[in-house]
Amino acid sequence: MITGEQKPIDEIREMIAPYKRILVLGCASCVAECAAGGEKETAMLASTLRIAAKMKGEDVLIEEKTLDRQCVRDFVVLLDDIIERYDAVLSLGCGAGVQAVAEIFPEVPIIPAINTGFLGETRDQGYWVESCLGCGDCMLYHFGGICPLARCSKQLLNGPCGGSMDGRCEINPDVECAWHMIVDRLTKFGALDRLENIYPPKDWSRKQGGGPRKIVREDQQK
Amino acid sequence: MNNSSKLKRVLEGGGFAVTAECGPPKGANPDVVLKKAEMLRNKVDAVNVTDNQTAIVRMSSIAACSLLKTAGLDPVLQMVVRDRNRIALQSDILGASALGIRNVLCLSGDHHIFGNQPQAMGVFDLDSIQFVQVVRTMRDEGKILGGDGLSQPPDFFIGAAANPFADPFDFRVIRLAKKIRAGADFIQTQCIYNLDRFERWIGMARDRGITDKAYILGGVTPLKSPGMAKYMKNKVSGMDIPDEIIKRMEGVPKDKQREEGINICVETIQRLRGVPGIKGVHIMAIEWEEVVGEIVERAGLLPRPVFD
Repeated sequence: MITGEQKPIDEIREMIAPYKRILVLGCASCVAECAAGGEKETAMLASTLRIAAKMKGEDVLIEEKTLDRQCVRDFVVLLDDIIERYDAVLSLGCGAGVQAVAEIFPEVPIIPAINTGFLGETRDQGYWVESCLGCGDCMLYHFGGICPLARCSKQLLNGPCGGSMDGRCEINPDVECAWHMIVDRLTKFGALDRLENIYPPKDWSRKQGGGPRKIVREDQQK
Repeated sequence: MNNSSKLKRVLEGGGFAVTAECGPPKGANPDVVLKKAEMLRNKVDAVNVTDNQTAIVRMSSIAACSLLKTAGLDPVLQMVVRDRNRIALQSDILGASALGIRNVLCLSGDHHIFGNQPQAMGVFDLDSIQFVQVVRTMRDEGKILGGDGLSQPPDFFIGAAANPFADPFDFRVIRLAKKIRAGADFIQTQCIYNLDRFERWIGMARDRGITDKAYILGGVTPLKSPGMAKYMKNKVSGMDIPDEIIKRMEGVPKDKQREEGINICVETIQRLRGVPGIKGVHIMAIEWEEVVGEIVERAGLLPRPVFD
């Protein structure tokens, strides 16, 4: 899932200040799972903004809607009938959602209401952790299912560094040492000898070699 | 001026090597480096120059190494992979060799969150082991990553670091072996205070037969005060300072604490000299370079060998 967190309300208020008719647009996918931009959070943000506007005596229309997925064209086009009512959209989608709406409605300013975070997992209620960089060439097999690129603070492919203590990372004792976990897991699987290999430098061209990445699948196209 | 690594010659000649550390200034004045050079001249075989240690911006390691080289010392260029991608690292290796620098120590580097630029993008394009391998391939095969040839290969005695005090302990020797297999000619260790643990680690390295494949130099740092010892124990990850050491520092009057720190350091070096597989010491007197000569002398390691 893509995680995000809502921006501070003052920052949001500053960005929407020039506009009079605003659609607060939620997304029921990833950002709903991480309680940042789903239907509930969208309703709460819209309500907070209405109250703030009222208290300041501002004459502003603020309405809300939540799409199933802001990053998918088929859902975004559902705004076709209503978009004309607004002079700005405040999106609680991730960065991809914001840009998908902007792409489809180029004449309307789309304002981000959340800071997009990372590709991660819901570890517990109210607890999300980063676990994938989207590097384009998955190496999890080699490392016992733990990604050192996403989870080691120094992205070591031949770790752990000299700062690993009691399973904790040197940057902060709250951070688990990914390499300690990798060593433990491979030891458990009897596969520690895998780490005798020197892993060569990562081929980053799969991530950033040709500008923004795309996937083109002719078998999926009509 | 002879243009080979003095450190390499001492070690290959079977001598017990002594290296020290020189932290470049937070400024552009070359005299700071040259002053430290005078403190270390004829006291050690080679001088490590740190590379923006603890991620604090300082004069570049290459420039400070070049100043030391011009002053007639044998510098060890520390290079961290934190700040440069593979293009910049390989380019700087060629440049450093062209300047006559003959030793390089390949490191990951302290994470930038600790320094004065915590907003920086950490690069970490290569890790320290890959970097050792890259330098070795440049030197021995005259090739950069990807296979392109060099018109002239760089000439380096290649080093790497090892921390016997970090976790997971049993994996530490495997990682040391990887560094040596990648091409490390010499190893400098983290500061040693817990000699028992250090000897267990070097014993595991001997059992794997790797102490004959690279020259391992034990790291030491003289303590200035019990406060410094406690700070290092509690705040610096990967440091192991036994309580006896702290008690010993606390057990002497304040005006004798520095002397006691030097005593501990000298005793550590003397014990290290008797450890099979240890080929030298690396003295990291942090912003206290003036004490290195005394430590080396008291450890019975003067005079240092002289080459033509």
